[in-house]
Amino acid sequence: MNTRFSWFNATSIALGFAFLYIPILLLVIYSFNESRLVTVWGGWSTKWYASLLTNEDLLDAAWVTVRVAFISATVATILGTLAAIVLVRMNRFPGRTLFSGMIFAPLVMPEVITGLSLLLLFVAINFDRGFWTIVMAHITFSMCFAAVVVQARLLDFDKSVEEAAMDLGATPVNTFMQVTLPIIAPAVISAWLLAFTLSLDDLVIASFAQGPGATTLPIKIYSQVRRGVTPEINAISTIMIAIVTLGVLTASFITRRAQQRASAGAK
Amino acid sequence: MRRWYVIAAPYIWLLLFFLIPFFIVFKISLSDSTRAIPPYIPTLDITGGWDAIKTYVSQLDFENYAFIFSDPLYINAYWSSIKIAGISTILTLLIGYPIAYGMARAPHEWRATLMMLVILPFWTSFLIRVYAWIGILKKEGLLNLFLMNMGVISEPLTIMNTNIAVYIGIVYSYLPFMILPLYSSLEKISPSLIEAAEDLGSPPWRAFWQITFPLSLAGVFAGCLLVFIPAVGEFVIPDLLGGSETLMIGKTLWSEFFNNSDWPVASAVAVVLLLVLIIPIMFFQRMQANEREAAR
Repeated sequence: MNTRFSWFNATSIALGFAFLYIPILLLVIYSFNESRLVTVWGGWSTKWYASLLTNEDLLDAAWVTVRVAFISATVATILGTLAAIVLVRMNRFPGRTLFSGMIFAPLVMPEVITGLSLLLLFVAINFDRGFWTIVMAHITFSMCFAAVVVQARLLDFDKSVEEAAMDLGATPVNTFMQVTLPIIAPAVISAWLLAFTLSLDDLVIASFAQGPGATTLPIKIYSQVRRGVTPEINAISTIMIAIVTLGVLTASFITRRAQQRASAGAK
Repeated sequence: MRRWYVIAAPYIWLLLFFLIPFFIVFKISLSDSTRAIPPYIPTLDITGGWDAIKTYVSQLDFENYAFIFSDPLYINAYWSSIKIAGISTILTLLIGYPIAYGMARAPHEWRATLMMLVILPFWTSFLIRVYAWIGILKKEGLLNLFLMNMGVISEPLTIMNTNIAVYIGIVYSYLPFMILPLYSSLEKISPSLIEAAEDLGSPPWRAFWQITFPLSLAGVFAGCLLVFIPAVGEFVIPDLLGGSETLMIGKTLWSEFFNNSDWPVASAVAVVLLLVLIIPIMFFQRMQANEREAAR
């Protein structure tokens, strides 16, 4: 059993993946369309990519977006990893239920609510909206995703190695740096990548948190999309898809290598 | 004592940026809107002392809630959001289940690759994936072009800017959220259970309904909640794919805030939306906590 596909399983997988991938594929193909009309195929061309390079507005927004994503992913991964350790290793402290509630609620919270509430906070404390408010907003929701990713890894590793290190006299900080962190490193890396792409993608929360002088790429794309489909948006979308795909493939390669090494080491 | 630092950093961050903002939303939902910056009154001036706080509190009222519940626009928007999210969740389950099932029964060496193929679109920008459907669904779009060239239809179908387009958008965008929990619960089911049932003479469909499906229920619930809750408050999909008939509360909140600049009413809309979703959200948290206890 389980050595080959049954026809039913193979068909459902094939149809499912066709549904998931055909829209993305069409978008990529039409980014190379010579014609400005999306539905008329005018032959292959890379001119929309060339015109992106001269679009200062879009390039500025892209640069803001990448910086926001980099800073927020880094802080979110640190906070998320700490939160995961708290969730898995610390059973008793006042307000534990509230803490785990605040980790899981943002995962499903509608973005309009999160965005509105953060904006009202920034207004209430009189904090000028701009680059840093977007960063803070992104840290808040992506640290919860990071916590879930790291938590999953912490749950399935053998706690006795940590205890052994402690028994041999390592301090908690040393144990974490030299034993725990190397073991959970692949999960921490994927958590960072997830936080990075979540920040890169976010439109709704950034729209609430943005201010003059800091517009992100999704906000720019959104305002152009509302005016209609253009090959330029297809081109920038294709570039973003390519970057994310490369990142995910690299991450899964790293994870798989780490797993193979771990299982080889165990033998 | 060091452990307090570990707890404090994420805890304080979430209190400050997640919990406290909700209280501010609630407070502003009790205020009146005005043409000023910020566009609501009263604003609290603590320097005024106790009297200032008293007059401040006395100016708060539930007017905005009364307004929301008396205007059928808002009630309809809540209902129609729940309806659209509910129908989309069921459609996502019906489409996602066979895919997750096929993955869980796929040869071992294939599973990691299939898993990655499901996750990959989820990492790709939500906005871009919704945008991709505009080019497909619109009147002179690729789907109509394809169907007309095949001779299936002679007149272009109107899908874009209808609720059907919204269903397609939600199902498409949230499908990975459904497949992943389904897959992880289906994968845990030992194939020998089904073999045993079949050896005892049970036809495959009966083995499925009596063994596989009940054992996958945890995944079904988790997947449905992961799709339903965010879909109720969805903004991007109804805004880009829906039409004037599409009434969704996320869109209402957005336009109340950005177009009408009525912050107090937008806040009241958000508070009511949160109350609508609080039961499914708590249910979801309970499931996550149980899973963590089970894994420990």
